[in-house]
Amino acid sequence: MIYGFAWDTSSAAAFAWSILPILGIGLIVTLEATAAGFVIAMLLGLVLALLRRSRLRAIAWPTAAAIEFIRDTPLLVQLFFLYYVLPVYGITLPAFVTGAIALGVQYSAYTSEVYRAGLDAVPKGQWEAAVALNLSRVRTYTTIIVPQAIPRVLPALGNYLVSMLKETPVLSVVTVVDMVSLANMIGDRTFEYLVPLSLVGLIFLILTLLCSAGIHLLERALPKSGIALQ
Amino acid sequence: MHWTHYLLPLLKGAELTAIIGLASTALGAVLAFAAGIARVEGGRLLSWLALIYIEVFRGTSLLVQLFWLYYALPLIGISFDPVTTGIAGLALNIGAYGAEVVRGALEAVAPQQREAARALNFGWSHTLLRICLPQAIVEMMPSFGNLAVQNLKDTSLVSLISISDLTFRAQSLRNVTQDSVTIYTMTLIGYFAMALVMMAAMRWLEIAVRRGPAFPRSAHG
Repeated sequence: MIYGFAWDTSSAAAFAWSILPILGIGLIVTLEATAAGFVIAMLLGLVLALLRRSRLRAIAWPTAAAIEFIRDTPLLVQLFFLYYVLPVYGITLPAFVTGAIALGVQYSAYTSEVYRAGLDAVPKGQWEAAVALNLSRVRTYTTIIVPQAIPRVLPALGNYLVSMLKETPVLSVVTVVDMVSLANMIGDRTFEYLVPLSLVGLIFLILTLLCSAGIHLLERALPKSGIALQ
Repeated sequence: MHWTHYLLPLLKGAELTAIIGLASTALGAVLAFAAGIARVEGGRLLSWLALIYIEVFRGTSLLVQLFWLYYALPLIGISFDPVTTGIAGLALNIGAYGAEVVRGALEAVAPQQREAARALNFGWSHTLLRICLPQAIVEMMPSFGNLAVQNLKDTSLVSLISISDLTFRAQSLRNVTQDSVTIYTMTLIGYFAMALVMMAAMRWLEIAVRRGPAFPRSAHG
């Protein structure tokens, strides 16, 4: 019994049905971690992308190196690093927060590249036209460049949201009780791993297929010419 | 403890990480080509089977797949040692991603190429091996490079199915010494160094493919 839900091991179908509410509670944690991590990744990625585009090499180069380092090292090790090293410096956070930060930091390296590619894809003539019209740097970004970058950036961000969703089970190693750790707990107590783990796989499959369909719709719905911010 | 004391155990772990990374990347490439070609060239049945494989392994989480292979599969009478399970799990996962790359590149080959091959009375395998793949493989290489690094990072998950790779060794060392900062910094640098080597190797392979036998001078050479 977990969270007050008992399981019924009389048959595979009954077992699957009886553990569904338990996995549902884990699913909420999984989705919360994904959402929290994604917000961090989108914001931190934006900061990294802007620093990366800085005209000062002393800022742009170390940022580029940091992005590369974060991108090429495993999330699991980064998670352990944050989980065990932050307390050494007196920062003690709940496991869920540490996990969300780890997810966010890892994916900020990806999202920063998405923003960069989105901005770079705006034709050079647009920048030149903005200069010719004597628009300020802020106005150039907010009214000319960013609106045109959005249709390229959003679907790519959506793809990373899906990858992030699939990586949240890693958080279970630092005691975040997500769907996968609940499936393992059920397995440990019933000696029956096949049904819980298959069910978790099925739930992930349904979620990712739904998300992919959503991104596809979004991609088609977004106007290619851009979205005015005013 | 001085950091040099951690070097030997971590290097031993890194060795296993490298072996698992290389083996699963190679096996993953084979799966990627098999499933990717089946998607484009296979009949309805093969194409569907490949689609199911690709969607299942891309759509479910890698950690779930590893746990499934490690905990669930033995319950229906199929069990391997952990390292084989780890390599198989990683290869199945990265192979599904690679298959989409292969499919995309094959579909991007200009249709005139196939038409010309047909006009010249080339057979199916001849068209695929001599006309389509040599052109498509050049387009696949940058994505394969990214996937290889992705796979190298993913190898860290095998530490959770009791394989003593670099991450596992780091965990055990930390449990004994509590020296988290040094050990995890070294571990991160270790993975980064391996990723750099992997990227350089894939870059070299990309250049070799680009100028190598991709465009055979003689079709019957």
